[in-house]
This record gives sequence, structure tokens and C-alpha cells, in this order.
Amino acid sequence: MYPFDYYRPTSVTEAQAAFAEASEAQWLAGGMTLLPAMKLRLAAPLVLIDLAGLDDLNGIGPVDNEVAVGAMTVHREVAGSERIRTAIPALAALAGGIGDVQVRNRGTLGGSVSNNDPAADYPAAILGLNATISTTRRQIVADEFFTGLFDTILKDNEIICHVSFPVPELAAYVKFSNPASRYAIVGVMVAKRGEDIRVAVTGAGACVFRVPELEQALAADFTPAALTGLEFVSVGLNEDLHASAEYRAHLITVLTRCAVEAALGW
Amino acid sequence: MTVSVSLTVNGRPVSVEVDPRTLLVDLLRQDLRLTGTHVGCDTSQCGCCVVHVDGHSVKACSMLAVSAEGAEVVTIEGLASADELHPVQAAFREHHGLQCGFCTPGMIMAVVDLLRTNPDPSETEIRQWLEGNLCRCTGYHNIVKAVAAAARTVREA
Repeated sequence: MYPFDYYRPTSVTEAQAAFAEASEAQWLAGGMTLLPAMKLRLAAPLVLIDLAGLDDLNGIGPVDNEVAVGAMTVHREVAGSERIRTAIPALAALAGGIGDVQVRNRGTLGGSVSNNDPAADYPAAILGLNATISTTRRQIVADEFFTGLFDTILKDNEIICHVSFPVPELAAYVKFSNPASRYAIVGVMVAKRGEDIRVAVTGAGACVFRVPELEQALAADFTPAALTGLEFVSVGLNEDLHASAEYRAHLITVLTRCAVEAALGW
Repeated sequence: MTVSVSLTVNGRPVSVEVDPRTLLVDLLRQDLRLTGTHVGCDTSQCGCCVVHVDGHSVKACSMLAVSAEGAEVVTIEGLASADELHPVQAAFREHHGLQCGFCTPGMIMAVVDLLRTNPDPSETEIRQWLEGNLCRCTGYHNIVKAVAAAARTVREA
């Protein structure tokens, strides 16, 4: 790692002041992506501002029609939360399947979402469940948040405070994992809330995206049979040593069907 | 820049001045000479460096020492009492859950965290829990056997 200065503010105001004073500062959440990137010298911030001291950003709120999860809440807490397991079991299961135990003990919701790795799990939850992201500046709807490969609508000095997940009627997340990293080769979140059907796909493109054709088919008939004959074109999908674009395209429809079955409890 | 960090390591209070880029594993191994925590891959894959921070297992190569401010850290050296191995250590020895032993400190720290949350894990649960710990010698079979045996010992204790 290249050298950097380190600050651990105890309030959002203090954090933003530290960021404004620094040049080339970077926020540190759980560090599960940023620290390995810094060790490889792929990232070299001059100043690291650790958000771990911001207690307001941690924790899971009461369940109403939605559940608010603090940005610094680690995956283990989301996976194990009784509130989330009852209200949105698909979200608890998704968090419980991220990386390995040690990643889930340090990695945070806000860190994962703002990093927007193309193969990360949480973006599928945000987009699939139609969550709203509350930051130090504004509220951002899921459909506007993810803008591209490792890119979001967030400004550099903006901090995610919490994410509100509306409680769906039915939802399930199914992923086909890379056996080594547990990142999604493809992962699909399917959610139904009234007439609103969402199919969010991670791992297959530059970042998470929705599939309108599959959503329309499921809006007409929320069963696996509704997807029969539908195929996703592979143009523009990710291709690497783990899977070809065609293979990923195939996985999208297969995993969507699995997710619908799981959501229906079949 | 140096930053002062105060934490508890194996029950002992420690205060050190560190360069902010010091990893927790380097603080443990180099400053405190607690070399039982190993560095295998140094890229957060292998789990040789697993320690407990406030009761939860973390990879000490993927956490800054300064992030452990105020934390209670337990390493493999902090598990056994004066002359008796921790039940998980004893089970690994009894069931030949190691060959070269390099991954063992991290394996054992991960398993202690497992048994704290799940005293009666199934074989699947054991294997899933140890996804972040790589062993290049054993093929895992005896590790899984050792974990199941340790769980029995801890439950019956």
C-alpha cells in the first residue's frame, strides 16, 4: 500500500469536513474491496476517512411497509436479523450468501452498494426490491442509482446513510456463484409487490440491470411457466474465463425461473 | 503520519503508534510478535490470518490495525488455557485435521466462531462456514471430522 493519512470521525458533519479539507480522500466502510485494491496499488487514496465511528449509520430499523438498513450494517447482521428474516427473507438470504464468513463480518451494505461491483449481490437487492437510498444530500431511487461499471450517481463527498427496502409480497434471490470467490457469475432477484414485478440481474453486465421482457411475462402470470420460450440475447453481456456471454444469457432465464419458484415456495 | 491505536489482545491491553497502512496482521505478528497468526495469500482468500475482533472472525490481512481501535482481539495464542488445549485445538490434533499446519490457526479461529453461533453444525454447515479457509494438504475431510468432534465436546462440556 502507498502511504495515506487516516481519520476516524465520529459524526457525519465531522466526516464531511475532513473530506472537504483533504485532497484525494476516499471513504472507508468495511474495506473488503478497498483494502485489497489498495494493497495491489490499484487504489491509492492520499486520505482514508473511516466511517466506522458513525454509529448513526449502523443498525436495522423497525418494519413498517419497509425496512431501513444503516449503510454501515455488516452482512452478518442483515443475514441474522429476525426483522429482515421475517419481512424480507430474500434479503436476509442474499446477505448470508455474500463472500465468506469473514467478509460478512466486515463488509457493509453501503460499501457494497457504492462500490457497485458488476458481480456484487447487494445491487440486485436494491434494484430488485426497489429500495431507496438515503444519502447526506438526497434520496435516490434504485432505478437511478447504478450508472455503470463500478459507477453510481453518488458524488465523491456523498455518504450513504441508509437504504430503505419496501417489503415485497414475494421475493427470492438465486445466484450461480463462482466457486472460489462466491461472486455471482449471474444472480437474479425477482420480487412482486402488487402489480410491480421486478427482475434484477447482477453478474451479467457492466452493472445490475432489469429485464423488462421477463418482468412483463411475470406481470401477466407470476409462475415459472410464464417464462417458457423466453430467451435473453447475449449481446453486450460479460464474458470471461468463468463463463461466456451466451452462458450468462442462458443463466438469466434459468435463474429467473428458479427465483420465481423459490419466491412461490415451490 | 502515525496514529495511536489502543486495543486488547488476548486479554492484554496494548497501545501502539502505527503507520495507518499497517494491517492488523502486521501489528500482531511484527509489533506484538504473535506469529501464530499466519499470512498465507495476503489477498483475503486463504483464511490463514483469521483472528477474532469483538468475538467475530475476520481476516487480519484485510483490516487496518487502526480499525481495531478499542476492539478486543483474540488470536490463536489466546485460545488455550495454561496447559490445556482449547477443545477445537484438541480435536484437530486427535482427528488429524492438519498436515503441514500452516492453515490451522486460521481454521481453528474460524471454527471457534462457528461453534459460538451454532453448537451443533451439520457437515454442510461446517463446509459452508469454512469456505473462507483454504487447506492445501488435507482435502478437508479430517478437518470436518475434527469440527464435528469439537462441537460434541463443547456441547457436552
